[in-house]
Amino acid sequence: MASYSTNEFKGGLKVMLDGDPCSIVDNEFVKPGKGQAFNRVKLRNLKTGRVWERTFRSGESLEAADVMDLEMEYLYNDGEFYYFMEPNSFEQYPASNDAVGDNAKWLKEQDTYVVTLYNDAPLAVTPPNHVILEITDTDPGLKGDTAQGGTKPATLSTGAVVKVPLFLEIGETVKVDTRTGEYLGRAK
Amino acid sequence: MTENSWQPTASLEALRRRAALLADIRRFFAARDVLEVEVPLLSRRATSDPHIQSIAAHCNGADAWLATSPEFALKRLLAAGLGDCYSLGRAFREGEAGGRHNPEFTMLEWYRCDWDDRRLMREVGELLSRVLGINDVQSLSYRALFQRELQLDPHTADDNTLRACAARELELSFEPADRDECLDLLMSHRLEPAMGDGITLLYDFPASQAALAKVLEDDTGTPVARRFEAYAGGLELANGYWELTDAEEQLRRFRADQRYRREHGLIERPFEERLVGALRAGIPECAGVALGVDRLLMLAGGYQRIDEVMAFPIERA
Repeated sequence: MASYSTNEFKGGLKVMLDGDPCSIVDNEFVKPGKGQAFNRVKLRNLKTGRVWERTFRSGESLEAADVMDLEMEYLYNDGEFYYFMEPNSFEQYPASNDAVGDNAKWLKEQDTYVVTLYNDAPLAVTPPNHVILEITDTDPGLKGDTAQGGTKPATLSTGAVVKVPLFLEIGETVKVDTRTGEYLGRAK
Repeated sequence: MTENSWQPTASLEALRRRAALLADIRRFFAARDVLEVEVPLLSRRATSDPHIQSIAAHCNGADAWLATSPEFALKRLLAAGLGDCYSLGRAFREGEAGGRHNPEFTMLEWYRCDWDDRRLMREVGELLSRVLGINDVQSLSYRALFQRELQLDPHTADDNTLRACAARELELSFEPADRDECLDLLMSHRLEPAMGDGITLLYDFPASQAALAKVLEDDTGTPVARRFEAYAGGLELANGYWELTDAEEQLRRFRADQRYRREHGLIERPFEERLVGALRAGIPECAGVALGVDRLLMLAGGYQRIDEVMAFPIERA
């Protein structure tokens, strides 16, 4: 595997640190005029999502992490794994609950997601920023309440629960921001 | 930032501010009878400082290096009897690039004959106050800053105490090799950010970090380097010395640098033995300081990155 020196560290570069794959967030060169040179680096641990801060001697290097982001189609869940398919090779990848995490609530069969592979196994699954989903359950809409600007919880076809305006009904489709869980608007 | 962009990274306003700052610096020294001189940027000798790397060049069929500072040339002029003088020009350092560094940068360096470091510190404070419009100028010893922030004496604490402090305060990927590396790490990561928004003049550095400063005992009997640094808003701006004038001690320090380079796998290059010759002939007692003009402009204009005050940093130069 290749390795990268501190002067090659850039945002997004994937490296191994303490045995875990990490993505570099920030790299600051620190050098007192008459002293030694260091690099103060922020890295996101791709397994835990936590951000680490670490200081290196300038010129030190880290091994590259065998991490790849691929677009894949979500197929189904068999109770243990979520199965994704790479559309060019038709190869299927089972993703664990740990890899999917909270994003399970945005997974819709046949839709495309970014699957981060580490040593060829799914490490994380990222939905598109915006998804369009159908409301499968919510209280009945009340005419005349629209002026009040209130909201109510609505359950979507994937299981996610979001706050929507009072006038929306079961069977309507809505556009939602997956990063915040926020309702963005009614979809046609 | 793309490498093929033709545009400058600095705004036109920043470039106008730069011109105004250079003019103001020249007025400051003209009013004080300090003479501006030009010295070579291309030299047949390199720096020996193990933590600064010269950029190699080639000229008329022989090796040459770009100057990492005008120090050696200015001191040779002092030995020739020129008197108070300054250089306002470019300096070059290999491998230094980042938010606060560019391998080519603008350095102001000046010398005051018959002054010591304390008196020169006051003048640095005056120049910084004038340019930055900051009246809050504090003088603080290196020891006092470590005692205030980390409750240890950087001159007398043993190696294990310093290592333990670095390990506790910082997230390091390596074991610091020696006490100076611990001190550098703590200074850059913990103490600079703790300095506050005003101007800080830090003096009496550890004797092991004397570079080209005299080493004398302080009032507690500890040998300290008569070296100071100026910071504003926690950003290192200037480094000054009560200058070493002893030729034989100078030669010993050059040789110690070369030995350190050999032992640490760094490139050894011809050092400036003509400075030793100048000191042997006799140089006036003096104090000198080098100041980073790009950083001064960053602070004066509220810019966050050095790219914002340079027309063409290395990626576009």
